[in-house]
Amino acid sequence: MGEEMEIGCARPTGGPVGEPVETDEKKNDKKIMGEPKMIKVGQKAPDFTAPAYHKGKFISVKLSEYLGKWVVLCFYPGDFTFV
Amino acid sequence: MSIDSMFVHKMWDDKELSKMVTGGIPFPMLSDAGGRVGAVYGIYDEDAGVETRGKFIIDPEGVVQGYEVLTPQVGRNVNEALRQIRAFQLVRDSKGTEATPSGWQPGKPTLKPGPDLVGQVWEVWKTDMAF
Repeated sequence: MGEEMEIGCARPTGGPVGEPVETDEKKNDKKIMGEPKMIKVGQKAPDFTAPAYHKGKFISVKLSEYLGKWVVLCFYPGDFTFV
Repeated sequence: MSIDSMFVHKMWDDKELSKMVTGGIPFPMLSDAGGRVGAVYGIYDEDAGVETRGKFIIDPEGVVQGYEVLTPQVGRNVNEALRQIRAFQLVRDSKGTEATPSGWQPGKPTLKPGPDLVGQVWEVWKTDMAF
């Protein structure tokens, strides 16, 4: 899964794709941004693309490419820490 | 997925993880520099600039079936994650006719929700089965 990427000097980033989960003009309001918005079980997982390292290659991963499979999406604070 | 770049992921895999797991990490190690994906999932800690220990189980339709979020100091339980996935798979295969009660493990009895079960769970499920 995922396309191999050309590697340049800039650090590639991904991000959410598709319809934004939350769009409003108050986005820049710090107070509102500070409130964590948890997603809900039973609802669609927000789609995204992200650069990734996979078995010796740098690839771009899109969550929706994994439709039809079970996925565990695991976040952690940083490399060289436990999971 | 973490805020580290994919280059750091490579270094971690090369220098450390491949010494724990033969052949290195078998799945993609995703980079979320800036925490934009983590923010959408509600687990990005803006103050610390890192992602908390969030785990999301997503089914083949792309629907979130479950999640768990821990603060950075405490690690997760892989066996519990696998147990949950097997439970979700069983429920899905049964098309909702079976449910997995507390403490369920693969191979253990399931519940068949319906009018006959109401008030009768005590007959088929004992509290020691929760542990």
